[in-house]
Amino acid sequence: MIRYVLSLLLACLLWAAPATAQDGPLRIEITEGVIEPMPFAAPDFVSDNAAGAELGRQIANVIAADLSGTGLFREIQPDAFISQITSFSSPVQFADWKAINAQALITGSVSVDEGGKVIVRFRLFDVFAGQEMGDGLQLVGTQAGWRRIAHKVADQVYSRITGEAPYFDSRVVFVSETGPKDARQKRLAIMDYDGANVKYLTDSSSIVLAPRFSPNGDRVLYTSYESGFPRIYLLDVGSVQRRVLESQDGTMSFAPRFGPDGKTVVYSVTRGGNTDLYRMDVNTGANTRLTSAPSIETAPSFSPDGSQIVFESDRSGVPQIYVMPAGGGEAQRISFGQGRYGTPVWSPRGDLIAFTKQSKGRFHIGVMRTDGSEERLLTASFLDEGPTWAPNGRVIMFTRETQGAQGQASLYTVDITGRNPRQVPTSTGASDPAWSPLQD
Amino acid sequence: MTYLGKAVLLCAGLALAACTNADRFDDTNTVDLNGAGGGARGSAQDPNSPLYFEQAIGDRVLFAVDQSRLSPAAMGTLDGQAQWLMNNADYTAIIEGHADEQGTREYNLALGARRANSVQEYLVSKGVAPSRLKVVSYGKERPIEICSSEACYAKNRRAVTVISVVPTS
Repeated sequence: MIRYVLSLLLACLLWAAPATAQDGPLRIEITEGVIEPMPFAAPDFVSDNAAGAELGRQIANVIAADLSGTGLFREIQPDAFISQITSFSSPVQFADWKAINAQALITGSVSVDEGGKVIVRFRLFDVFAGQEMGDGLQLVGTQAGWRRIAHKVADQVYSRITGEAPYFDSRVVFVSETGPKDARQKRLAIMDYDGANVKYLTDSSSIVLAPRFSPNGDRVLYTSYESGFPRIYLLDVGSVQRRVLESQDGTMSFAPRFGPDGKTVVYSVTRGGNTDLYRMDVNTGANTRLTSAPSIETAPSFSPDGSQIVFESDRSGVPQIYVMPAGGGEAQRISFGQGRYGTPVWSPRGDLIAFTKQSKGRFHIGVMRTDGSEERLLTASFLDEGPTWAPNGRVIMFTRETQGAQGQASLYTVDITGRNPRQVPTSTGASDPAWSPLQD
Repeated sequence: MTYLGKAVLLCAGLALAACTNADRFDDTNTVDLNGAGGGARGSAQDPNSPLYFEQAIGDRVLFAVDQSRLSPAAMGTLDGQAQWLMNNADYTAIIEGHADEQGTREYNLALGARRANSVQEYLVSKGVAPSRLKVVSYGKERPIEICSSEACYAKNRRAVTVISVVPTS
């Protein structure tokens, strides 16, 4: 039944360790404004056999794509190289890399053992300092899991140079969309953060909306019309088994999101036309009502410490963003700009809230501090909505839908500085992304 | 170097969860966009037929932007719907609330629910038993008109009373 079991054993051993240059000159401060991308070279990882050589080329490509994709790094094309890396352990000819202005150099080797296990080693060099940056590292995985190894290497490089937590070894659950606008078919799908390795989690027989990961990425909450009415489901990513969480007759439930404990879920219930917030313990099913107002209360999101909930309400007349204690109670309005605010999502770092803003016929993804100050709009289009945070809180993914009868939804990313907007490649239309935590 | 220490990083083994076979689901399923089965809807000439309800009385009412209040025209349509439902007591109905594409997915779900509820309350106020009426919101998921201008939006901001063609007890 499960034909393709992707099992990846990733053992990371400390590799050759001339630990020096902990805070060398090779450094990107990503909170700064416009910066010149750092030029780097990532020659094909070397191997002693043909199978390994092909893998070494692919791994180097994925590492380069990860780094270039941030907008913080710029790959130097291999045809510019003066030196070739032919052996992992030979000394690096720094002058040759300096001559082509490669500030960072990533070298690596790949070997595939008899059991099909892939062993990858890599080193990062600060070319202008003429030394290795951080320790060499060895990663072990399966051939099927080679992309994860590449993402792990890129994560190491990104972290060492920016000082930030990484995010490349992560996944995105989203809604895959096909068909015309008035007969759209939707399926839950999961993929690597860069659009690779798409797998479907549901069929297209029912509308599915807004999947959300559990804090460790093993489960997904989503809304489905399977019963004819919108209801919240909990799906195990590994087994693809699902169960309905909330099925009170005469109600609709939607907009679920996990709390940081992985068992509390906060969501909306509509009864008699009125939508309020509830929380539930997914293990016991016990639920508590958090709001009781005649207005719409929806799109709740926990603070990372679990103490507060940010949500959307139109109690003032138009949708705005509010923060309340996680157990309910007095809510503070934090958005005061012109326009309509929705889908607030607390950053995993706790410092910012991302949101959708509708103003003067345009949609924006924006961020504000958790008290509502320092609002910044990062995007503008006919329809942008539904931000989700990269695990390191530095990048936001969202849905962008184009205008008109041929309108299509796709996924985009943007930095929290508003720089580097990019479309995430997907083979079908795509909406409602949710970014996973960093994988183990 | 905040994230990485010198010490052994990462570590140990991990087993990545098994994933589904992409071929496990095929696309042979079809989606019934109207939320109602075909057939058994009778003739448009028969005033007791669901088809008459749909076409002669009018199965839908429209709403202003971001509103769920019923217009006088909508109330006129719903008076006819209520009368039909009173005359055809074996039928139940599902009232589907919809929104145009302006607005977030979540808000539009809640807004569609308000619209469906307005219709339900009105029909109940005219004597239809609440137990015969269910409500559901599709938010902006099921537009009938697909252009991105007010001409289409006006038709998408709707509540549709869908008669269940198999009378239920």
